Amino acid sequence: MNSWIVSHLWLIPAVPFAASLIILSLSNARRKSAAALALFGQALALALSILAFVPTLQFPGFRSVQNFTWFTFGEETLRLGFVLDPLAAVMLVMITLVGLCIFLFSVGYMADDKNFTRFFAYLSFFSGAMLGLVIANSLLLLFIFWELVGLASYLLIGFWIEKPTAAAAAKKAFITTRIGDMGFFLGMLWLYGRSGTLLFYDGGSGCLESAGLAMLSASATFIALLIFCGAVGKSGQFPLHVWLPDAMEGPTPVSALIHAATMVAAGVFLVARVYPLFSVGAINGVTPSLTVVVWIGVTTALMAALIAIAQADIKRILAYSTVSQLGLMMVSLGVGGVAAGIMHLLAHGFFKALLFLGSGSVIHGCHGEQDIRKMGGLRRLMPVTFMTYAAGMMALSGVPFFFSGGWTKEEILHATAHWPRSHAPYYLILAGVVLTALYMTRQIIYVFFGYTRAAAERSHESPRVMTIPLIVLALCTIFFSVVLTPAWPWLHGFLTGEPVHFDITHLIQPMLFVSLVLVSSGVGVGYWIYRKAGVQNEDRAAEIDPLEYAQPALFRFLANKMWIDELYDRTVIAFSWMGARLSDWMDRYLWDGLVRGFGAIGQLFGIFTTSVDERGINAGVDETTAGARGLGRMMSAAHSGQIQMYLGAVAIGMLALLLLYAWLA
Amino acid sequence: MTPTLQVFLIVSAAMFSIGLLAALSRRHAIFILIGIEMMLAAANLNFIAFWRFGPQHQPPIGVMIALFSIAIAAAEAAVGLAMVIAVYRHYHTTNVDQLDQLRG
Repeated sequence: MNSWIVSHLWLIPAVPFAASLIILSLSNARRKSAAALALFGQALALALSILAFVPTLQFPGFRSVQNFTWFTFGEETLRLGFVLDPLAAVMLVMITLVGLCIFLFSVGYMADDKNFTRFFAYLSFFSGAMLGLVIANSLLLLFIFWELVGLASYLLIGFWIEKPTAAAAAKKAFITTRIGDMGFFLGMLWLYGRSGTLLFYDGGSGCLESAGLAMLSASATFIALLIFCGAVGKSGQFPLHVWLPDAMEGPTPVSALIHAATMVAAGVFLVARVYPLFSVGAINGVTPSLTVVVWIGVTTALMAALIAIAQADIKRILAYSTVSQLGLMMVSLGVGGVAAGIMHLLAHGFFKALLFLGSGSVIHGCHGEQDIRKMGGLRRLMPVTFMTYAAGMMALSGVPFFFSGGWTKEEILHATAHWPRSHAPYYLILAGVVLTALYMTRQIIYVFFGYTRAAAERSHESPRVMTIPLIVLALCTIFFSVVLTPAWPWLHGFLTGEPVHFDITHLIQPMLFVSLVLVSSGVGVGYWIYRKAGVQNEDRAAEIDPLEYAQPALFRFLANKMWIDELYDRTVIAFSWMGARLSDWMDRYLWDGLVRGFGAIGQLFGIFTTSVDERGINAGVDETTAGARGLGRMMSAAHSGQIQMYLGAVAIGMLALLLLYAWLA
Repeated sequence: MTPTLQVFLIVSAAMFSIGLLAALSRRHAIFILIGIEMMLAAANLNFIAFWRFGPQHQPPIGVMIALFSIAIAAAEAAVGLAMVIAVYRHYHTTNVDQLDQLRG
């Protein structure tokens, strides 16, 4: 009864990978074929994902696994596999759908780029790696795709490699996530050491099933925390969030892809995937590892929301909002609301892609300007972008009823409010929600309202290839909420495997009023603060932020990202510099000295043998040859060629013989 | 003064010495040949003298040897002169100091 796609799940990531390879082999001039191939690959992956999504609807808690042997060494057999369950299925559909919109948008956005084909090759590669990550049924296979995602992000963030800031940002993203991946890798080794398998589900013996979990016992906490390190790096959680805002150096579609469908979603997805590891030995749903997840999430959510208020770059504001929202998802996972976290991840995927593509459209319209203080009044000039952007903004702020983000946020608040350990995270994320509404209001007032400033003067609406993805994503953002409402929480039931019933009376919950109050206060305060920011006013330059006017020191603190980059510069980076210098010194003087010492001993021995050779053996041979030569010279001197000398010699000889004879006789 | 063996030997020795001196000191090849001829003549004189003053001095034993010797000397002189001519043609000189091709 399983359909064909369930046993051929590997095709889903394989299609974008194949597209990527083919595009890479195309020449730079084949722009149309490259874009068509990437779009076709992504559309095919979307179709396959929907095909794969259908069987998961059959019954609650559907799970299909295909494992295969990768290689065998000695007694050990390393097995990998693919898994299809509701979590993987919804992620597949979201990634491919959002990916397709972003690909389409990129056709317009990157139209003038000279490396157009390479860009689409990388995008396809990115999408393929993320799809593989989602369906991996082995922590090792997941790690492989995890690293491929990291590589793809490196290539894309540094796509405009001729810009030094882009190259630095790519390096920073790669190295920062690598720090987290180190923990991930150690956790994976530890897990393998304890359970002997990295397969998640293996007919009862996988590491996430009861038999495997029983073998972990007390070490589960540490393994879970080490794996969480990877998620912290990838999902931009405090303290490894520093790379995510810098990743804005990449082209805007890349930012959309990283922040919505891929990369940062991977961390949250990972925690959700290995959730059983986190909840081993849970008392009332609380474990030490989950508590860490909650506090990291809370810190990140609040800190990023505060920083976002003081940013001026349209993309950086969105970047910090992503960091903040990811923190929110982590909180939700940590307090036990796995379904709520994943639902927010999916909803966030749609509206954050929408917001980033909208900001891309704004930047495109404003000829590359990214500073919101130089925009303004774009509402009339870019109506489609404004409408879709407003939908995204309201979803992000958590406006209830019509926008998916509102419902998922409400679920998270609901889950957090019932966390038994502490109520502090609940109140802190309430503050985070208010701040989100505040900074999004600020952004939208600066960009779309008020009078038209320098950069926006000659702006225009983007071409249709860019507005259509915006409209599609805006519709997704709005209609996605149908499956999220408490009246018919279909997605919640689908993810948890619980049956759901339609009941309109559940639509109105107390939490709805809480979030309504929070959002309206955020928007209201935002409007009150920034109402004058967009108004044409000659004596007060629009460049001065009202908050900066009121609290310059605090604003500077936030605008400089709480000096965290500088702190890392002074501590971690300075420390590793010191370590590098020390190693350099050791290498130069200690090890080099030893090597030089041994070299000197060898040299001395060499000198000794040389002298023996030269003074003894060589000299003997030389003397012998010199003697022979001297004798030869003497002998040859006798052969003067003078016949008379020979004759004289004969005469002298004869005379001598005669005298001898006479003497003897 | 009666002719005795000593007288002949002295004359012979003198001739030999003169011939040797000529052969050793002269530079011209032909003079060297002449010196050699003189030394041969001295030897022939010795033969004759020893024959004449020896215990058996019947003819023609001593004279025969001398005659053979003279014949050989003549042949030798012919060969020597031919060589001198050949050397002169080749080197355009008969000065033996310059003919040192056999130098080792």
